[in-house]
Amino acid sequence: MPEAAGKMELAFVVNGEKRRVQAYPMARLLDVIREELKLTGTKEGCGEGECGACTVLLDGAIVNSCLVPALQADGCEIRTIEGIARGDQLHAVQEAFIACGGAQCGICTPGMVMAAVNLLEHNPHPAEADIRTGLAGNLCRCTGYVKIFDAVVKACQARGVKA
Amino acid sequence: MRSFLPAYELRAPASFQTALELLAREPGIWKPLAGGTDVMVLFEAGKLPHRKFLSIWKLPELRGMEVSPAHFTLGALTTYTEIQAHPVLQKEFPLLCRAAAETGGIATQNRGTLAGNIANASPAADSPPALLIYDAELELVSAGGSRWVPYNGFHTGYKQMLLRPDELIRRIRLPLRKDAWRQYYRKVGTRKAQAISKVCFAGAALVAGDEIRDVRIALGSVAPIVLRCTQTEAALKNQRLSAATPEAAREALAREIAPIDDMRSSAAYRLRVAQNLLAEFIAQIGNGGRSHR
Repeated sequence: MPEAAGKMELAFVVNGEKRRVQAYPMARLLDVIREELKLTGTKEGCGEGECGACTVLLDGAIVNSCLVPALQADGCEIRTIEGIARGDQLHAVQEAFIACGGAQCGICTPGMVMAAVNLLEHNPHPAEADIRTGLAGNLCRCTGYVKIFDAVVKACQARGVKA
Repeated sequence: MRSFLPAYELRAPASFQTALELLAREPGIWKPLAGGTDVMVLFEAGKLPHRKFLSIWKLPELRGMEVSPAHFTLGALTTYTEIQAHPVLQKEFPLLCRAAAETGGIATQNRGTLAGNIANASPAADSPPALLIYDAELELVSAGGSRWVPYNGFHTGYKQMLLRPDELIRRIRLPLRKDAWRQYYRKVGTRKAQAISKVCFAGAALVAGDEIRDVRIALGSVAPIVLRCTQTEAALKNQRLSAATPEAAREALAREIAPIDDMRSSAAYRLRVAQNLLAEFIAQIGNGGRSHR
C-alpha cells in the first residue's frame, strides 16, 4: 500500500513536561503515548472506545486515547496515569483503590483511576448515582465493580467529603 | 484487521475556508473527521473506505451555541458534554440532553459531536430521534454557499443523506417552543450504559384537557433511517387520552417501522418493544408528567 503521508512533528505537554514526537497524523494517541512517549501505564483494552482502559485527560477532559488521532492532540496538554501521583505521594483515589482492593488483573485500573480523578475534580461531592455515571465508560472484565465503587466512595471521604 | 497507518492522510486545515476549498477541489476524496468516536473505530478495524481525512475539530466556525427569539442554534461540533450542560437545552429540549447523556460514557461524550452523530448516519444513533421531535433544521455549507434543510427527510436511505461530498454541516437549529409539550425519551439497549440501542423512542405531545392536540413520535433502530412516524402521529392526533393505547396507533406504528434481525436484537423483539414504548409514552403524557428517562 502506498504511503500517503509521512510522519510529522507533534508537540504536547505531557504530565507537565514539554515533549516532541515524530508520528503519523492518524496514529492513535494511545500508541503515541505508549510507544513514542514510553508511558505504558495507559492500557489498550478494546480499541474501540467501549472499555475506557486507555482513558487520559486531554486539555482537562477525559477521552478514550484509542479514538483520538495524534494530530488532534498537537499542542494539547495530556495527563496520563503517570501524572496522577505527586512524586511518591499517591493521589487519594490511588490510595483508596489499594485500601479497598479495587484492582484484580489491573488492566482497567489506570482508566478507572483517571475516570475517578476526573469525577472528583469536577464534582467533589458526588452522590452514588454520580459515581456510577462517572465510571460508566469503564469496563472491568474481572467484574470487580463493587470494590472499585467502594474505593471511589473512600477517596471522597479521605478528601473530607461525603459520598 | 488493523489499518496500515502510513496509507492514511489526516490534514488539519488552517481555516474554515481552506477546509471548504479542499472539499470543493476533490469532492468525495476528503472525509471530514470531527471527534473521531465513529471514524477511529472503523480505522482500527481496517474498515474505512476513505484514505484522506480532514480534521475539522479545531475550526471555531463550527462551534458555539446561540439563543435567538425564535431558535436555539448549535454549532456542528457541539459535544454531548456541552449539550447536557446548557441550561436552555435542559429546559426547552430535555430529550436532546437525555440522548446526549445516554450516548457512550463521559469520555465519548467529551469528543462525540452532534453533527458527527448526524453525518455518521447510523439508524441506531441516539440524538436523531430527539432532533426529529424538535423539528431540527441543518445548515449545509460549501465553498459555493450555504443552505438550510429540514432534518426530517435529510436521511434518504441506509447511510444515505442529502449532504453533498463538498459540504459540511455547519449548524443545527431548533425552533423554540412556547408551548408546554409533554416529552418522553427512552433508549432500550443491552445495558444501561455504553450500549448501542435495540430501540430508541422519542415522543412529545401537546395536550389540552384530555385531548392530544398535537404529537411527534420518532424512533431509532427500527428502519434503515431514524424515522419520524407520521402515520402513528395521525392516529393519535385529536384523540382523547385514555389508559389504553388506541389500537389504530399500535397498528400504524407496526406498519410504519421496518425492524430487522441483526447482531443486537431481533425484528420481533424490536416491534414488541416499540409498541410497548408507545404505550408507556401515552400513559405518561396522560399522567401529565414530563418523562425522559
